[in-house]
Amino acid sequence: MKKSSWLFALWLAWASMALAVDREIAFDDPVLNARYQTLIREIRCPKCLNESIAESGAPVAADLRREVRRLIGEGKSDDEVKTFLSSRYGDFVLYRPRVAPTTWALWAGPFVFLAIGGVVFWRILVARRGQSMDEDQPA
Amino acid sequence: MKMLRYVVPLVIFVIIGVFFAKGLQRNPNYVPSPLVGRPAPTFSLPNVENPDAVVSSADLAGRVALVNVWGTWCIECRHEHGYLLELARAGVPIVGLNVRDDRAAAVEWLARLGDPYVGSGFDPEGKAAVDWGVTGAPETFLVGADGVILFKHISPLTPAVWQRDFVPLLVEHCREAKCPFLAAAGGG
Amino acid sequence: MIPEFGQLALALALCLALVQATLPLIGAANGRVDWMALARPAAAGQFVFVAVAFAALEYALLNDDFSVEFVAAHSNSALPIFYKATAAWGGHEGSMLLWIAVLAIWTMAVAAGSRSVPQEFASRVLGVLGIVSAGMIAFAFFTSNPFTRLTPPVTDGNDLNPLLQDPGMIFHPPTLYLGYVGAAVPFAFAVAALLSGKLDRDWAKWTRPWTIVAWIFLTCGITLGSWWAYYELGWGGWWFWDPVENSSFMPWLMTTALLHSLAVTERRGIFKSWTVLLAIAAFSLSLLGTFLTRSPVMISVHAFAADPARGLFILGLLGLFTGGSLLLYAPRASNFEAEGGFQLVSREAFLLANNILLVSATGAVLFGTLYPLFIDALGLGKISVGPPYFNVMFLLPVLPLAALVGVGMHSAWRMTPGQLLLRRLRWPAVGALVVGVAAPFAIFGAASALTLLAVTIAVWVCASSLLDPVRRLVLRTGAPLTRAQMGMCLAHFGVGVFMLGATVASAYNLEFDVSAKPGDRVEAGGYEFVFRSVRSVQGPNFTADEGEFELLANGKSLGILKPQIRLYQVQRSPMTEAAIDTNVLRDVFLALGEPLGADAWSLRIQVKPLIGFLWLGSGLMALGGLVAITDRRYRVATREARSTEHVEQPAAGAA
Repeated sequence: MKKSSWLFALWLAWASMALAVDREIAFDDPVLNARYQTLIREIRCPKCLNESIAESGAPVAADLRREVRRLIGEGKSDDEVKTFLSSRYGDFVLYRPRVAPTTWALWAGPFVFLAIGGVVFWRILVARRGQSMDEDQPA
Repeated sequence: MKMLRYVVPLVIFVIIGVFFAKGLQRNPNYVPSPLVGRPAPTFSLPNVENPDAVVSSADLAGRVALVNVWGTWCIECRHEHGYLLELARAGVPIVGLNVRDDRAAAVEWLARLGDPYVGSGFDPEGKAAVDWGVTGAPETFLVGADGVILFKHISPLTPAVWQRDFVPLLVEHCREAKCPFLAAAGGG
Repeated sequence: MIPEFGQLALALALCLALVQATLPLIGAANGRVDWMALARPAAAGQFVFVAVAFAALEYALLNDDFSVEFVAAHSNSALPIFYKATAAWGGHEGSMLLWIAVLAIWTMAVAAGSRSVPQEFASRVLGVLGIVSAGMIAFAFFTSNPFTRLTPPVTDGNDLNPLLQDPGMIFHPPTLYLGYVGAAVPFAFAVAALLSGKLDRDWAKWTRPWTIVAWIFLTCGITLGSWWAYYELGWGGWWFWDPVENSSFMPWLMTTALLHSLAVTERRGIFKSWTVLLAIAAFSLSLLGTFLTRSPVMISVHAFAADPARGLFILGLLGLFTGGSLLLYAPRASNFEAEGGFQLVSREAFLLANNILLVSATGAVLFGTLYPLFIDALGLGKISVGPPYFNVMFLLPVLPLAALVGVGMHSAWRMTPGQLLLRRLRWPAVGALVVGVAAPFAIFGAASALTLLAVTIAVWVCASSLLDPVRRLVLRTGAPLTRAQMGMCLAHFGVGVFMLGATVASAYNLEFDVSAKPGDRVEAGGYEFVFRSVRSVQGPNFTADEGEFELLANGKSLGILKPQIRLYQVQRSPMTEAAIDTNVLRDVFLALGEPLGADAWSLRIQVKPLIGFLWLGSGLMALGGLVAITDRRYRVATREARSTEHVEQPAAGAA
């Protein structure tokens, strides 16, 4: 829960630029509205060619947006909304993959790459430090 | 030891290449439903033809049945309609889920083309459809007598699909439950 | 008849490409001058026939020849003439022909520009390009022929996808391809070096200009695509981390790394194996893009009609080019290692960090893009990896990288005294910190930690990049700047501007969904929209509902906005044409939603601060590259002119 709220904060600060096709503002309360806007960009339209339900004009996307609105209005948390949808449509509809054994590698990967990069940098630097800094060799 | 690091890119490439080769055999558009193997969602909708009657989970209770998602706006639903009528004639109970449709048009459609359904629930806003994980039409669910969803098929239901996907599950499931229609519907 | 000529020309091009792919390479290995000399004429001949084939396709399109399947699928008699011409790349087969044509152009350029390079090397480079050409032409000819006839022919075509009927459509694919395909040139140089076993500073000097030009096109191509999606798709988004978008971005990241690595190799003769690997990676990722768009492996809005057979062919080509070059790399790259020391604070170290961080970033993007495929292939289910993942994981290496850019630019080769750097960069750093923290609060009222961090780093990069140009041009102190250095400062300044735009537009984007009727005044985001009317308009191949709005700020009129919803006659798909009021500081974005009955319409209004900086920053990057290359070329040309006096023909037979 802690990690996901941290990630949510990051995400909020980096909110996407797409826009919903709704007929009116979803919520008067700006906090709820912001949650809604963020969530609909994290849910994938199950029948589109890689679009979120925020951008898609498909009927199923409109249905899912309505469900998200309803659930937020009922006081459900973001996690509960996502579980509601993924239990019906599969994890496929979550653009932010769940942290599960199948996705540990996914979430850890970039950190591992950086760590390896750091080691590589250090080893090369240590090797080069010891080398001659004289005039450049011709070849 | 020094050579090892220069082989790493090649190894990574080969691994990715193998995954691509396997990936070419998969269908990225096929998303399996998480509802298969779980109890069917409860629902209660007005009957599309008769608003006072109700089409609900009760219609599925205690028997093997199909739940078919359809709409008059769905061109492919027409393609499977004839086969649905055949299945209905053979005794297969089919519960309809009429999604995002206009009531009058739906009633007229059933009157004109025939009604294979024991009853069609009218779901103009797709609320029950969301509970069933429906993304469009036509979609057909096979629900066991114990209320567990055995299978979900997307796209028109054809004799070939019926034989290949539905009949084996029916044969297996009907050992415990009763499927009076099985022989007539091409199984056994 | 003409389509058949096109097909014949393509077949002949394939033959010539095969000649170009084999004889010069064998000749280079055995010292046969006559075979090496075949490279240029073969390339020229291939170019001519590819041009003929492309012209034949254009002829069929411009003359509404609906007996050709491709024309019937992607054009229509009512299509405006510009779009008939650009429909050539509106579908898979035609865009493959464009790919091949662009490669032929690059090959010709290399053939013409390599006269002053030793023949053995030039023939190897052209030979490798020939292998690539042969592979791609074979792919087109055998699996994706644009000249297939349709029997019986139809009277009119399916029309071009309405999304593609737009001016941006004319420029985005060719520009992108010029960059994408251009990555084949440094690749060919790298493989040629692996084949010859020799990679020296001259090699880096020859490779660099080609890499910069390809990089410029790639930068422009990606930017055009992003800008086009922004104003065309009606959602105000500009980057979605879609697999196809990623597969154009990853080559860009690797080509950027390559550019920088080449600088080190040219200057110090080190990082050679890095440079070769980056060149192979850039082109391989390019090919990966071709694979992902044209095989049924991933779902994307950009994907062409996919076909497993085609996918397999491209996978085979990937195996040949990437696998082949990496097979050469594994045993031979270790021979390139050379002595060359440097300290922790030195330009080399910064450029090494640059390489590593860009590779990390590329790795993260590649990993996220391919992960769903991995999981599916292992039978572990279907998952999606989207913007929430990429936005975080991409920033992880890139924010530190951007911070380092500001310092690295000013460090000296081999060793830079820390004091010196601190003294030079003290004020820009402090300034950036102050502006970066204060400005978001002052202008927008609130800011998250991430926003502050990103804005500060962006301003820092801008300030650091301007330091030398300002000192030189405004204050008239400091050493004179070469074009290359000016180019570098300009490009890095562009990076800072881009970052600023991306951060601010993302963090402070305002969006409103409202409903309104003609006569209403809507207030949103500090602007006023007067809904004047909605009327039906007729376009050449569409009808549209067009709304007329007056945009006001503080009571002053800023102009009229006319958003449309178009219905194209043939494909009958509705398309949103948003109306955008643009200036450097913000875009006001207005799109029609749907009719709500009783004359009311749903509207989408967005105010996007600093989004123009995205395009401006990218443009500055490309401009920087352009400025840099004018320096390179000049130096290369004169050095060539001087050195031709000493070149003995032939160099063949020597190692």
